[in-house]
Amino acid sequence: MRKIWWKILCVVIIFYVIVMGFMGPVPRLAIINESIRNTYFHVALWLAMTTLLLLSMVFSIRYLMKGNIKDDDIASEVAKAAIFFGILGCLTGSVWANYTWGDPWPNDPKLNGAAVGILIYLAYLLLRSSFEDEQRRARISSVYNIFAFAVFIPIIYILPRLTDSLHPGSGGNSTFGSYDFDNNIRRVFYPAVIGYILLGLWIAELRIRIKQINRVREEALIQSGKL
Amino acid sequence: MNEIKTLIWKEVTLEWRQKYAISGMLLYVVSTVFVCYLSFNLRRNQLTPIVWNTLFWIILLFTAVNAIAKSFSQERHGRLLYYYNLCSPQAIIISKIIYNSLVMAVLSVLGFVFYAFVMGNPIQDNGLFSICILLASTGFASVLTLIAGIASKADNSATLMAVLSFPIILPMLLMTIRLAKNAMDGLDWSVSTDEITTLLSIDLIVITLSYLLFPYLWRS
Repeated sequence: MRKIWWKILCVVIIFYVIVMGFMGPVPRLAIINESIRNTYFHVALWLAMTTLLLLSMVFSIRYLMKGNIKDDDIASEVAKAAIFFGILGCLTGSVWANYTWGDPWPNDPKLNGAAVGILIYLAYLLLRSSFEDEQRRARISSVYNIFAFAVFIPIIYILPRLTDSLHPGSGGNSTFGSYDFDNNIRRVFYPAVIGYILLGLWIAELRIRIKQINRVREEALIQSGKL
Repeated sequence: MNEIKTLIWKEVTLEWRQKYAISGMLLYVVSTVFVCYLSFNLRRNQLTPIVWNTLFWIILLFTAVNAIAKSFSQERHGRLLYYYNLCSPQAIIISKIIYNSLVMAVLSVLGFVFYAFVMGNPIQDNGLFSICILLASTGFASVLTLIAGIASKADNSATLMAVLSFPIILPMLLMTIRLAKNAMDGLDWSVSTDEITTLLSIDLIVITLSYLLFPYLWRS
């Protein structure tokens, strides 16, 4: 928990991504031009978000199997960090779409799916806030979290591929890797994904620690008879 | 298997004894359809097939949410405890899903008949449309039953029910609307295999998840 090396790694990677993302060499493509640099931010943010949501689901399953309240803390805080990344991903995508597709919110199945995905997880937070009892809240919201992830994946990765979408990999558009993903991009893109995941974990870790400290303090208050 | 059959039978008897619930839902469908009919009345000739289709499925969505929301909350706490002592949780959730699918199928068929009666019937391929209704009612019922179980544990369950279920049910609703549009245009069945398999697989995922997750839910 107190190990610091991955936080340093996270900061280094993020700085590397920012510097290389704006200054590094990128392939020249028509229409997209320099805006291809958004791959480092928008696409990487979405991948990081999906990874974090997967992690959150894994911890929810672990909670249901073992009943340790710490697992639920992790699941909820990781999900919150993922929602934060999701909103950032929407914003970066929106800025990019404004210049490339000519509309900040084109009517695209993937965009709408993303919005619905964020709604699902906001509903998860609402569900969490409507219970007083800790164990009860943990159990019921874990059930919903697993359910939500199983629906989230089709919404965002499968359904858009069945219809016409402006995004790569759907409706006959080719996927990313096939033609425009050269080694220069790869060298920044993969570190970017790892960097964002680490950053999300860091945010979540801080919030988990606050939660646990609060819990310990509450218990101390109860035991001293003040509450 | 026997357990499930008994539980479904119990739901049917209960429903039959207190007829106000099912007749209330029927009246709900009929009056919603009628409100839509009157609202569109002035411009009925402008009602395009797409509007017709979308309106029908949205009416059904609201009906489903309202009909299934009560499937856990109408039972008393003590009675629930009694069931939980007698049967396995899997049997309870499966029986509820099957029963709710039946109710939804009945409601949507009757709703469709009345809707077609007042709003006109532009459907060309009735067989495909009935498959569509069947798939949709099973799908809506299976998603909403677990959500109803979750929402009934909280205090403000009516709001929660809508907030939790709408985004989750959306992919299913979109697929259904597309399938129904194909049926309306009388397209060849081979065009719709994509939609049918997607709907079936979503149903399958949801039912499996409900089966696996419900045991954790009812303990609280």
